[in-house]
Amino acid sequence: MQEYYHSVTLDKEKCMGCTNCIKKCPTEAIRVRDGKAHIIAERCIDCGECIRVCPYHAKIAVTDPLSSINRFKYKIALPAPTLYGQFKKITDIEKVLVGLEALGFDHVFEVARGADFVTEFTKRQMADSDSPRPVISSACPAIVRLIQVRFPELIPNLADIQSPMEMAAQIAKEEFSQKHRVSKEDIGAFFITPCAAKMTAIRNPVGFDRSSVDGAISILDIYGPLSTVMRENTPSKVPGRFQNATFRGVAWANAGGEVDSLDMDNHLAVNGIDSVIKVLEEIEGNRLSDLDFFEGLACIGGCVGGPLAFENSFVAQTRLKKLIHKMESPKPLSPREVDDAIEIYNWRLDKDILPKPVMKLDDNISMAIRKMEEMERIYGDLPGLDCGSCGSPSCRSFAEDIVRGYASEFDCIIKLKEKVRILAQEMIELSDSVPTGREGRAKGEEEPYEDK
Amino acid sequence: MTRKDRMNSSMIQVYEIESGNFTKAGEAAGNIKKLLRQLGIDAGVVRRVSIAAYEAEMNMVIHSIGGIIKILIDPEAITFKARDTGPGIEDIELAMKEGYSTATDFARELGFGAGMGLPNIKKCSDDFIIKSEVGVGTRLEARFNIST
Ligand SMILES: Nc1ncnc2c1ncn2[C@@H]1O[C@H](COP(=O)(O)OP(=O)(O)OP(=O)(O)O)[C@@H](O)[C@H]1O
Ligand code: SF4
Ligand SMILES: [Mg+2]
Repeated sequence: MQEYYHSVTLDKEKCMGCTNCIKKCPTEAIRVRDGKAHIIAERCIDCGECIRVCPYHAKIAVTDPLSSINRFKYKIALPAPTLYGQFKKITDIEKVLVGLEALGFDHVFEVARGADFVTEFTKRQMADSDSPRPVISSACPAIVRLIQVRFPELIPNLADIQSPMEMAAQIAKEEFSQKHRVSKEDIGAFFITPCAAKMTAIRNPVGFDRSSVDGAISILDIYGPLSTVMRENTPSKVPGRFQNATFRGVAWANAGGEVDSLDMDNHLAVNGIDSVIKVLEEIEGNRLSDLDFFEGLACIGGCVGGPLAFENSFVAQTRLKKLIHKMESPKPLSPREVDDAIEIYNWRLDKDILPKPVMKLDDNISMAIRKMEEMERIYGDLPGLDCGSCGSPSCRSFAEDIVRGYASEFDCIIKLKEKVRILAQEMIELSDSVPTGREGRAKGEEEPYEDK
Repeated sequence: MTRKDRMNSSMIQVYEIESGNFTKAGEAAGNIKKLLRQLGIDAGVVRRVSIAAYEAEMNMVIHSIGGIIKILIDPEAITFKARDTGPGIEDIELAMKEGYSTATDFARELGFGAGMGLPNIKKCSDDFIIKSEVGVGTRLEARFNIST
């Protein structure tokens, strides 16, 4: 496993070297050097902000092509509930699920069903644990990574529960292998994703060793073929073959869906990474200590606003709300089902989540202090425009980059201009002191011979 | 690390705190947190210093006529100092009691005034001194050991 796999990457050809992405990145993970953006791998949390902001579409999320499912003998699709909100006039979730089957999957298992389980696990964990409050949802991988990088003090607050996607994959594989008496090794589970961070979470999980999900297919990629088969498909199939999630599980696609399903008083749901950062700062400062549960989603509107979703997030959100409203009353999981699941599946995160102190200047604190002072000195000399022309997101981070040895003072165009002005001045002075033509004589030149 | 090394590396940062300016309130504490994190200080210590700094800063914004915050960092410890120019605290023992507060209704509406700030600063720090004189001002010092 690579330590720093990222789904979010740069298409170098398309990058124009502008400053849009460096300014928007919540972990200051992007620099422009030699006219192209570079993502600092240790810092990137795959939130997808740069994908959304890049006017040249040079930031992309790498996902798996649909054809990659053929690596496996049996293929299971795990659609995120966000997928349902992508289709106009959707009234029946089953239609989407049957459509996925027609694209070559042997089975379809809703991630919303996985969410139903996660809700029950969370309720149980909240009831009998003395973990620090508020418990912070670990469902959004971008937020988990944000906490590792920017809020390491809050790692103990993260719910140590698997994501709905992982639960869905585990359950789907188990059930399929039981029913058809096939080896789990032969089954591939593929997440249909609105999310780049989830792709990274599959390749490089945090809090456990190996993902049960075998790949992720972007909603953007599957939207075309899926809507075609949905149009052509005459729903001759038995209804309700795949659909089994409650409306509460489906509601996880929208911001606030998770806390709503928990039925709890002191909770808070916040979406959009900038807003989440503000609230995490409050939690870190112990200023929200009466809160029991916090749901933070990196994307505005929640997963419907994911960077790989096709439909406008507000439109999709409204559609989903209507759909949920019309869904039959939920068939909640029975306590028995939950007990069994707790028995069979790895529902907890079993590995420590480690802080990623990528902001620190040096491992040695004395050295770090010296670098910091150097940084302050450099910063004091900079114009303070935060223009980004140097390729760093702000004058302060530019000073940091110089101290770290990744940039030099004259990458700042204001500094460069100042230097050029001084040099020009010196040149003028120099040229004034040099003889011009035959009238004057340079120093040491012999007196011309004079006729007497 | 040699002795000289330790002596050479220390730094001071100073922040000015304005009375009643709620748009800026919390900025100094936020900057201090970022600074400590860049220095690679242990996460638990960073959290304790940030909480203390925030409480002290807010007290200056809410209760004082303004002042300065200083943070001194060397490889062994972090020293946090807050000093304002008035009005001072009459009865420090009372002020240090959990739940005691003279916060105005306005400050209470903003969520302050639980009377927990000063006790919290004391709880978070390894060493804590507060001195105050009515008409002169309040000085507060909190030390945090850096465990290595
Ligand atoms: N810098 C200061 N100048 C003047 N008075 C102060 C100062 N700091 C604290 N006090 C006094 O001490 C009291 C207790 O302070 P403390 O921080 O414990 O509680 P609070 O600020 O009132 O409420 P909280 O901090 O919980 O929001 C304050 O109400 C105020 O009367
Ligand atoms: S909000 Fe949802 S789509 Fe966006 S990063 Fe988090 S998990 Fe992914
Ligand atoms: Mg206070």
